Amino acid sequence: MKQTAVKKDGSRRTFNGNNMLLAITILLFVVMYTTGCIVYRDKGFPHLQTFLNLFITNAGLICVACGMTCVMLTGGIDISVGSLIAMDCMLLAFGMGIKGIPCIPMVLLVLAIGIVFGAVQGYLIGYLEIQPFIVTMAGLFFGRGMTAVICTDQISITQDMNQLFYSWANAKITLPAFLGYTNKKGKVIAPFIRPTVLIALAVVVVIFLVLKYTKFGRALYAVGGNPVSAAMMGLNVKKIKMQAYILSSFLCSIGAICYCLNTMSGSVQQARGFEIDAIASSVIGGTLLTGGVGNVIGSLFGCLINGTITQLVTTNGKLLSSWANIATAALLMAFIILQSIFAMVKNRNR
Amino acid sequence: MKSKWKALTRQQLFLPIFSLIVVLLINLVKDPGFFQIGLQNGVLYGRLIDILNRGSEIAILAVGQTLVVAVSAGTDISVGSVMSLTACGTCMMLAGYGNNSVTELAVPMGVGICFGLLLAFLCGCMNGALVAKLKIQPMVATLILYTGARAIGLVLCNNQITYIRYEPYKYFGNFLPGCPIPTPIFIAAAVIALMALFLKKTALGLYIQSVGINSRASRISGINADMICFWCYAICGLCAGIAGIIASSRIYSADSNNIGLNYEMDAILAVALGGNSLGGGKFNLSGSIVGAYTIQAITTTLLAMGVSTDQAPVVKAIIVIAIVVVQAPAFKQMLANRAARRSAAGKEAVG
Repeated sequence: MKQTAVKKDGSRRTFNGNNMLLAITILLFVVMYTTGCIVYRDKGFPHLQTFLNLFITNAGLICVACGMTCVMLTGGIDISVGSLIAMDCMLLAFGMGIKGIPCIPMVLLVLAIGIVFGAVQGYLIGYLEIQPFIVTMAGLFFGRGMTAVICTDQISITQDMNQLFYSWANAKITLPAFLGYTNKKGKVIAPFIRPTVLIALAVVVVIFLVLKYTKFGRALYAVGGNPVSAAMMGLNVKKIKMQAYILSSFLCSIGAICYCLNTMSGSVQQARGFEIDAIASSVIGGTLLTGGVGNVIGSLFGCLINGTITQLVTTNGKLLSSWANIATAALLMAFIILQSIFAMVKNRNR
Repeated sequence: MKSKWKALTRQQLFLPIFSLIVVLLINLVKDPGFFQIGLQNGVLYGRLIDILNRGSEIAILAVGQTLVVAVSAGTDISVGSVMSLTACGTCMMLAGYGNNSVTELAVPMGVGICFGLLLAFLCGCMNGALVAKLKIQPMVATLILYTGARAIGLVLCNNQITYIRYEPYKYFGNFLPGCPIPTPIFIAAAVIALMALFLKKTALGLYIQSVGINSRASRISGINADMICFWCYAICGLCAGIAGIIASSRIYSADSNNIGLNYEMDAILAVALGGNSLGGGKFNLSGSIVGAYTIQAITTTLLAMGVSTDQAPVVKAIIVIAIVVVQAPAFKQMLANRAARRSAAGKEAVG
C-alpha cells in the first residue's frame, strides 16, 4: 500500500526531486523499522502494539508537524511550538490540578490561547514583515518564560483532580483481537490505541484535504512558491501568511492537549527541543525550507521516523537518551543538504 | 532644538546608551545602594562590577553574532549550545572520560581548553559551510547545532555534571590571585579589542558590510563572498567557545543542561539593541557591546527584583519584539502613512 501511494503521487511525468524526497522518506522509515524488528525481535519490536505506540507517543508531534508544514509551505518557520506546548500543558495542569477548573473550559481556553498566540506572531510576520525566525524565537522564550510565571513546580494531574481528563487519558480503543499476540501465559492481548491517535490522524486528514482542495490550501503553496507572483495573482499574501501562523499555533495547541494526555503533567522543562522534532519531521517528510513544496503525508512519515529513532534508542536501553537528539539533528542535516543539492541540480538544468 | 533632538536619536549608539541609562536610573530609584562598589577579601564587589563581570559572556557572543548578522542577514542560534558543548568538551578532556569529579587534571589545562575551543571552531565551520556553501537559511542551518550540540555535550560527559576541582581552572571565571578585578572582564576586553583592531586594520569589516548589503555585487567586484561568510560563522563559533569556557570556569564544572541556556536570545538581543539591523549590511561593533551590557543590566535588575531566571525570558522576548517592530521598514511606512494622512486631514480642515 505504501508503494502505491508513492506511485500515485509521483506519476512518471512529475517524478521530480521533491517526490523523490518523499519516496526516500518512506523507504527510510520502512528500512529503519524493519531493522528495528530484526535487531530487537525478542524485545517486542515486531508486535503491532509497538507500531501503534509510535502513534500514541507521537500524537502531539503529528499535530504540531502538520501545522509546521503549513507554515513552512509559506516559506516561514515556527520555532515557538515547543514552548507553546509547555505553556499549554502547564496551564492545563495548573488550571485543572491546582485551581480545580473543569476540563472543557480549560481545553477551550488552551485552544483560544493558541489562536491568539498565532495571531500575534502572524501579524508581526505577515503585516510588519519581520523575519519569522526572530518573531517565533521571541515567542519561544516568551512561552517558556510564561510557563515559569504560571508555576515553577512540576504539577501532575491525578485521577481525583479531574475525573474527565483522566478518563480521556486512559481510554483505550481496542482493536480486533486477531491482530494481537499471545503472551507467555497463553493469553491473547489485543492491540489498542488511545483517543489522541484518532485526533492526530483526523488532523492529518483534514489538513491534507485543506491543502489539496481548498482555496486557502492552494494559496499557501502559491505564497511559498513565489510571493510576488502570488500577490500579482490577487492573493492577499500578508493575510495568508498570518492565517498560516494562526493555523500552526492552533494545531500546536491541539498537539499540546494530546501531549498533556500522554504525560499528564506540566513542568517548565517540558517539550524542550520539541520544535526541532517538528521541523525535522516536516523537512524529512519532503517539505522544502524555501517554501512552496511539501505535504502532510510526508510529515506524518517524518514523525514516524522521529518516533522510531527514539524507540530504537530506548529499546536498546544502554544508550543515553541524548543519542536520539543527535540522530534527529544529523538526519535533519542530511535532509537539508539533500534538499539544497536537489535545488542546485534544478537550477543548473534550467 | 527639535532637529537637534532628531539628529541625536538618529545616532546608532543612541538606543543602547539610552536604554542603559534608563535601566540604571530605575535601579537608582529602587535601590540607591546599586552603585556601591566595595572591596571585600581583596576583590571588588558590587552590582556594577557584577554586571560587567556577568555581561562578559554576552559581550563576547555579541562580537561574533554581530559579524554573522551583518554578513548573512541571519542569526546564529546555536551559540548557547556551542557554549555548553565547549564546556563539556573541555571538562571531559581535563577530567578524563567518565570521571565526574577530579582534583587532578588528566591532561595539561592548555590541551583541554584548546580541545574545547577546537570543538567550538568546528561547530562554527559547520554552520559556515552550510550557510555559505549550501546556501541554507542561517537559522535553519544553526538550528541543527542548537539541539545537536547540547546533546553531544551530554554524551561527552556521560550524562553527568563533570566537576574540575582544580584551582587554576577557576581563574577564567573568577579572580586571578592578587587581582581585584574579575578575570572575565579582561577576557571580554581582550576579545573586543582584538576584533576591533582586526576590523580596523584590515579590510575585513568593509568586506563583511559589502557582502551583507549585496553578496552578488561583492562577488562580481572580486570579493570571495562565500569565504567571508564562512569565516564570520567560524569566528562566531570561536567566540561562543571562549564564552563557554568562562561560563564553565565560573562553576568549575560542565553542566550541559544549564550552561549557555537562553544565551542565543541575549546575543541576538544585544545586536538588535545595539542599533544593528537584523537585515544585515552595516554594523557597529560598539553598539552591540553596549547592547550586551545593557541586557546584562536588565537581567541583573530583574533578578534583583525577585524575578526568577526561568521567568526573565518573558521580559526579554517583549523587548526584542519591541525593538524589531520599531526597526521594521513596514512599521515605519505605516507610521509615515498615518502622519501623512493626519497632516493632509489637517490641511483640509484649515482649507
